[in-house]
Amino acid sequence: MIVVIDYNVGNVKSVCNAFRHIGCDVELSCAPEAVENATGIVLPGVAAFGYAVSALGALAEQIKEVALRGKPLLGICVGYQMLFDTSSEYGQHNGLGLIEGSVVPIPAGRVIPHMGWNLVKLPEDMELLAGIGSEKHFYFAHSFYAETSDRHAKVAYTDYGFNMPASVQKMNIYGTQFHPEKSGEAGLKILQNFYDICKREALTC
Amino acid sequence: MLTRRIIPCLDVKDNRVVKGINFLNLRDAGDPVELGARYSDMGADELVFLDITATIRSRKTIVELVEKVAENVFIPFTVGGGIQTVEQIDELLRSGAEKVSVNTAAVANPELLSESAQRFGNQCVVLAIDARRSKEKPGKWQVCIKAGSEPTDIDVVEWAAKGEELGAGEILLTSMDADGTKAGYDNELNKAVTDAVNIPVIASGGAGTLEHLYDAIVDGGADAVLMASITHFGNYTIRNIKEYLREKDIAVNL
Repeated sequence: MIVVIDYNVGNVKSVCNAFRHIGCDVELSCAPEAVENATGIVLPGVAAFGYAVSALGALAEQIKEVALRGKPLLGICVGYQMLFDTSSEYGQHNGLGLIEGSVVPIPAGRVIPHMGWNLVKLPEDMELLAGIGSEKHFYFAHSFYAETSDRHAKVAYTDYGFNMPASVQKMNIYGTQFHPEKSGEAGLKILQNFYDICKREALTC
Repeated sequence: MLTRRIIPCLDVKDNRVVKGINFLNLRDAGDPVELGARYSDMGADELVFLDITATIRSRKTIVELVEKVAENVFIPFTVGGGIQTVEQIDELLRSGAEKVSVNTAAVANPELLSESAQRFGNQCVVLAIDARRSKEKPGKWQVCIKAGSEPTDIDVVEWAAKGEELGAGEILLTSMDADGTKAGYDNELNKAVTDAVNIPVIASGGAGTLEHLYDAIVDGGADAVLMASITHFGNYTIRNIKEYLREKDIAVNL
């Protein structure tokens, strides 16, 4: 069972709908037992960073703890941004600190938010992005992006006048700045990949 | 490179998609969920659902519609029409909408934009503006509210800039003069607004041919183009549109 964290922000339902569409058992929950027993955790997010972090509250520590123990974790959009150390959206906020880096504004001089379908180069060694080809369009909607300095993280980039991280992977921790649940067939394939990773990990644990 | 978005708009009345000419003379175009799913399969980048009745009774219907669309459509969609409070926005986002557009309520209460942006992030907040060419002030447009029925003294370009400052993440700009005419977008309007703001602008109203879409992007500076009649009634497919634009060197998701 994959658990999508329900923490009173938008878009949680879309993530569940997309997992159900690919035939994955998914539960929307904020219960500590559900997080503990899940084969994988999805941290979705349509919200401002500060609001999302405070809405997550005490669950943050638990999510961090199970992720460090090896449970697959997928962060999406603001949920992805929360994997990093800090963000400067509407004030300074701390994230989960699972991946070294900070969430900063997209540099001026272009249309912001970065909204729409942009081409992501898909590195061969990123399991989450496997089976889709070498590049594909995904749907983005954000004004901040994560700059990572983590040398243990693999990064896929998109071009928005500069090389902008679009997806990261560090061991069992995965994240996408774009919305796989809103990116048509290619997005559903990413969720399928995460589902497959969770099934595999559940067998080996 | 970020692609230009092709966005079919579904005006919904009593759970049916309708499309009027100059906001009047409604004509039936089908079931909203079915039509939305069909557009998604055809390669639309995004969808907009506008509840054009926007009564208390229709509000419940639109939440149910959003839920059904979200179960069947895996591309982003915006919902709008009669939305007045942060709580209503929250309900629609939680039901599966990616973005919510506000129009009349934002004019009456501009804090709606800032409060929503701080809570949900500005990428969820679409400021819809119905613009009409001013008879008194040539080269200016006035903001109209209440589904276009009530003109105000507010200047469209100033309101767009103010909306951005307050926290709108996108502007859905409809030319009431061009809407439903199929005679082309009002690209003077589009250009005036895209020059004044830094957030994406969706051009709406007047699409009749493929050239019109190209012109809205190149002359109007639009980040996305909205259309209804030309795709609802089968004149063009989404693929036709994207192939045409790609041939003319516009980046599209195809």
